[in-house]
Amino acid sequence: MPISGPSICLKNVSRHYGTVRAVDSVSLDIAAGSLVALVGLSGSGKSTLLKMINRLVEPSSGAISIGDEPIESVDSHILRRRIGYVFQNIGLFPHMTIARNIAIGLELAGDKDGHADRVAELLDLVELPQEMASRMPSQLSGGQQQRVGVARALATRPGLMLMDEPFGALDPVTRDNLTDQYKALHEKLGLTTIIVTHDMAEALYLADRILVMEGGQIKADATPAALLSGNVGEEAEALVAIPRAQAAHLIALSKPS
Amino acid sequence: MNEAWKQALARVPELLAAHVQISVSALALAMIICLPLAIWATRSPRVAAVAITAASLIQTIPGLALLALFYPLLLGISALVGGEISAFGFLPALLALTLYALLPILRNAVTGLSGVDPAAKQAADGLGMTSAQKLYYVEAPLAAPTIMAGIRTAAVWTIGAATLSTTVGQPSLGDLIFAGLQTQNWTLVLAGCLFSAALAISVDLLLGLIERGIRERRRILAGIGMAIIAAGLLVATLPLMIARDNIVVIGAKGFSEQFILARLIGSRLEEAGYTVRYRDALGSAVVFQALSAGDVDVYVDYSGTIWTNQMQRTDSQSKTEMLDVIADWTSANHEVKTLGALGFENTYAFAVRPEDAREKSIKTLDDLARVSSDFNFGADVEFLERPEWRMVQAAYPINFKASRSFNPTFMYPALASGEVDVISAFSSDGRIAANNFVVLEDQKGAVPSYEAILLLAPDRGDDDAFVAALNPLIGAISVANMREANYMVDREDDKKTPKQAAGWLNDKLKE
Repeated sequence: MPISGPSICLKNVSRHYGTVRAVDSVSLDIAAGSLVALVGLSGSGKSTLLKMINRLVEPSSGAISIGDEPIESVDSHILRRRIGYVFQNIGLFPHMTIARNIAIGLELAGDKDGHADRVAELLDLVELPQEMASRMPSQLSGGQQQRVGVARALATRPGLMLMDEPFGALDPVTRDNLTDQYKALHEKLGLTTIIVTHDMAEALYLADRILVMEGGQIKADATPAALLSGNVGEEAEALVAIPRAQAAHLIALSKPS
Repeated sequence: MNEAWKQALARVPELLAAHVQISVSALALAMIICLPLAIWATRSPRVAAVAITAASLIQTIPGLALLALFYPLLLGISALVGGEISAFGFLPALLALTLYALLPILRNAVTGLSGVDPAAKQAADGLGMTSAQKLYYVEAPLAAPTIMAGIRTAAVWTIGAATLSTTVGQPSLGDLIFAGLQTQNWTLVLAGCLFSAALAISVDLLLGLIERGIRERRRILAGIGMAIIAAGLLVATLPLMIARDNIVVIGAKGFSEQFILARLIGSRLEEAGYTVRYRDALGSAVVFQALSAGDVDVYVDYSGTIWTNQMQRTDSQSKTEMLDVIADWTSANHEVKTLGALGFENTYAFAVRPEDAREKSIKTLDDLARVSSDFNFGADVEFLERPEWRMVQAAYPINFKASRSFNPTFMYPALASGEVDVISAFSSDGRIAANNFVVLEDQKGAVPSYEAILLLAPDRGDDDAFVAALNPLIGAISVANMREANYMVDREDDKKTPKQAAGWLNDKLKE
């Protein structure tokens, strides 16, 4: 599968709220087709950084471009239609059927026909049964709802997916399932994906590049393997220590005493 | 069904239609104002605070006062734009009722719109919806049930408050209630209450059906509700489509004598080939302006009322001189023709119980002044604010123990039962003679003369057939006959309608 997702470039991007620097002069290049995890504690600026890419938050200074195109070159709503966006609270429209929720992006783009075929295709893609199409969001479980959220984001065939703690509110089994399946989808569709998470274990499992943020700055930038081998800074080490200790504990438990 | 109900029901269709028209217009205007304002308010907390506070403030003004306030306001505006706007009838009622309907619609719309799940709004933004698309696809549908509930509340309030629009000359089911209250015709009051309550309940149920349809996303329910409302509206506006030319509007203030005289005038005009409509229970201040603006064609006023209220005079003149001055003034300032005096007076007269008059030898206002510190005073609702009361106080050293205001209907029983000891009665009222009340002599002539006079709108002064039909009334009604006719309507037993009393009075006209 050829890579269809774009590359992304951030130059000295900052976002200030009064005197607080939520994001402090971040520069970053993300290669087309990569799956990047933004990891950090609450308030580290990872979510703000993500939202500046689709202009849900406007940068105070700096420049962002997707592919070769600066993000200010089109109206913000046009920009957002080209980018898939999935977030923790899902935000399905409770008054619309699942099918209409999934197809709403096509409706906004002015596509009149072929909604039903595309919805069927997307339900398959996120592994939901076809009969879900006519249901209302309140009739679905949390995991099913977020599958719809992913399907809705993919409906207009975006190359770039921005995911803000997408599986954070789900139970561990559902979460593990979805993480696995999303990774497969990312590769199958050749997407560029940036995923925000506070869970280092998820990031280590899912991503091919991990950015550790603290105080609005990127403190570490490494592959999962490099992170685990150490020498990437104390902030990253503190986060990696948790899954490492958990793994060690599990291994110790499983050994016969 | 008895005669009283037949007569009450005969007036219902026309009044119900008018009631629906004014209520729906006010509700529609309130929605046109509130919905954009609510959208603006959800995007700006400051606008929300100002708008809701203003709407709440308006809500604290009593409905009747709000209607009364619009009348001078519109008069002022009308004067500014050269008299093109009518301060009478539909417009003041529409504006007052609209203001009244603002709060529930605005508050629910703001609550509904700001209560939309933030996640849904964030998803809308993330999907690339414009602000307008977000409103159309997400915010409006999710807020719709709450907005609808607000409209429903406003509808019930408006239908109830619309009964008050009678006082500014807009026909409504309130016509029945006000007329019935004045003449103690409880069948009329009951009919007015029942039909306005039934209207409010039906509209509430239908809007509730629409609300449920929206909430449960069952289009068929909402559709049925809307279809029935649309059908009702169509029926209510049908009378509007039938052209009605050259209708004579006869005005009447809110008491029996006025209702009777209006019917007397009406029956004579009908005989002369005119189609007539009655506007009963108009405020004293409203009716003269309505006449000069041509909204009312003819009504009976009293020389003292014009003298003190319209001309702002505080001096006393002899009866005949006063009539001449008034006739000159109305024609010069308002092009209103004073056709003449009917022949009787209805002045403010202080009345006491016969036993008090006898035992305390009270015959004059001077005698009253002597005992006034032991007397409780019952006045009709406007008297204590009227210049006549100040004139009386200036001429006689009267100082009552206490003063209370009554609707005229309840003032006479209050004197009879001893609740008060003296009242500001009306000299042509049949209940004075019926109760043997003693009318005190105003030996200093402090209260101006209150000759009943017939006033014609500017256009009618030159209408020869019109004038010819009414001319026989001039100088033809004696105070004894007027009292008798008033008593027929006011008494408890063998009660007559104003129309029946007018028929009796017509037979008694002096040649």
